[in-house]
Amino acid sequence: MREDLPALTNPSDLPPVATLAEVVASRRRLRLDSLGMVASGIGFGLVYGLAARAAGFSVIEATAMSVFVFAGTAQFAAIGYVLGGFSWPGVVLLTAFINARHFLYGASLAPYLSDRPRPIRALMAHVLTDEAYALSIAHFRRIGRGDERGYWWAAVVTEFIPWNLATLVGAIVGGQIPDPSVYGLDVIFPASMAGLAVGLIGGRRELVAALVGAIVGVSVALAWDPAAGVLAGGLIGPAVAMVVPERLHAH
Amino acid sequence: MRTELVWLALLMGAVTYPWRAIPLLVPGMHRLPAGVRTYLRFVGPAILAALAALNTIVVTDAARHTELHVGIEWVAVGACVLLVAVRGSLLLGLLAAAGIAAFARALG
Repeated sequence: MREDLPALTNPSDLPPVATLAEVVASRRRLRLDSLGMVASGIGFGLVYGLAARAAGFSVIEATAMSVFVFAGTAQFAAIGYVLGGFSWPGVVLLTAFINARHFLYGASLAPYLSDRPRPIRALMAHVLTDEAYALSIAHFRRIGRGDERGYWWAAVVTEFIPWNLATLVGAIVGGQIPDPSVYGLDVIFPASMAGLAVGLIGGRRELVAALVGAIVGVSVALAWDPAAGVLAGGLIGPAVAMVVPERLHAH
Repeated sequence: MRTELVWLALLMGAVTYPWRAIPLLVPGMHRLPAGVRTYLRFVGPAILAALAALNTIVVTDAARHTELHVGIEWVAVGACVLLVAVRGSLLLGLLAAAGIAAFARALG
C-alpha cells in the first residue's frame, strides 16, 4: 500500500505538487478504475428505467428522476414509495434522509476544489455521487491536489452519461433487458467501493476508520435503516480513528 | 405522456442538491481547523467501507426492511479487495468479482 498522504489542501499539509507526468498517470489510472463502474452504471440504469416503467412512470418521468435527482438508491427507493402510495412530502423527506451522506462527500472534497470558480463548483455538486466521490478522492490524494478534469471524468463520463442514457433505454426498451446479476454486475458497486477504500488506507488510522465504518454501518442498517447505516459509519468511523495513535511506539 | 412525477423528481432533486452543494460552496471550507481536516481525511475510507459492507452483507426489500445476507458476494468482494491490495489494480479486482459472482450463479 502507498505511503500515508495528508488528504486536504492546507498548503503546509501537502506533499510536493505532482508533476505533469504524475497527474497524467493518475488520470490514466482513474480512467481504468472507472471502467467497471461504467458497466455497473449501465446495467443498473437499464434496470432502473425498466423498473420505473413497470411501476407506471412515463419515459419522461423516469428520465427526469435520473437527471434531477441522479442518486440511484434514492431513485430505486422512490419507485417503491410511489408504488406503496406514499405522500409526496414523505417521499421528499425520505429522499433527503437517504442522500444526507453526500454532505460528507462534499466536505471531504471541498478543500481540493476551493480554487475553482463558484459556478463550476455549483455544477460539480449536482453530479456528486458515491462513485464520483470514490474515484475523485482517490485521484486527488494520489496527486496531492484537486483536478477538475479528473472530477468531470469521474462524475460525468463515468456516471452521469451512462446512468442517464441507460435509464432512457431501459424505460423505452422495457422487458427485453436481462438481469444484471446474471453477469455479476451487482457486485461491481460494493467491490469498487471496497477496492477504492483499500486504496485510501495508508496507515492504521485509515484502517480503523474503514473497519469501524463498515461495522457501524452494517449494525445500524440491520437495526434501523441502510441510509442511516452509511451516515453513521461515515461519522463514527473517522471519530474512532481520531483517537487511535498514528503508530505504536516500541518500549 | 404523463409528466406529473417530473415535479416529484424536481422536489427530490431540490432536497438532494443542498447536501451536495453546501460544503462545496460555503466559504472557508478549505481553511478548516487541523482537527476537522484530520477527521475529514478519514471520511473516505469509513464511508466507502460502510457502503461496500452494506451492499455485500445487508439486503433491503422494497419496504426498506433489512436482513443479513450470506452469499457468493462476500467471496467476490473479498477477492476484489485482495487483488487491489496485492496487485493495485481495481479493474482486475472488479473483473474477478463479477466473474466469480456470474460463475457461481451459473452453477446454481
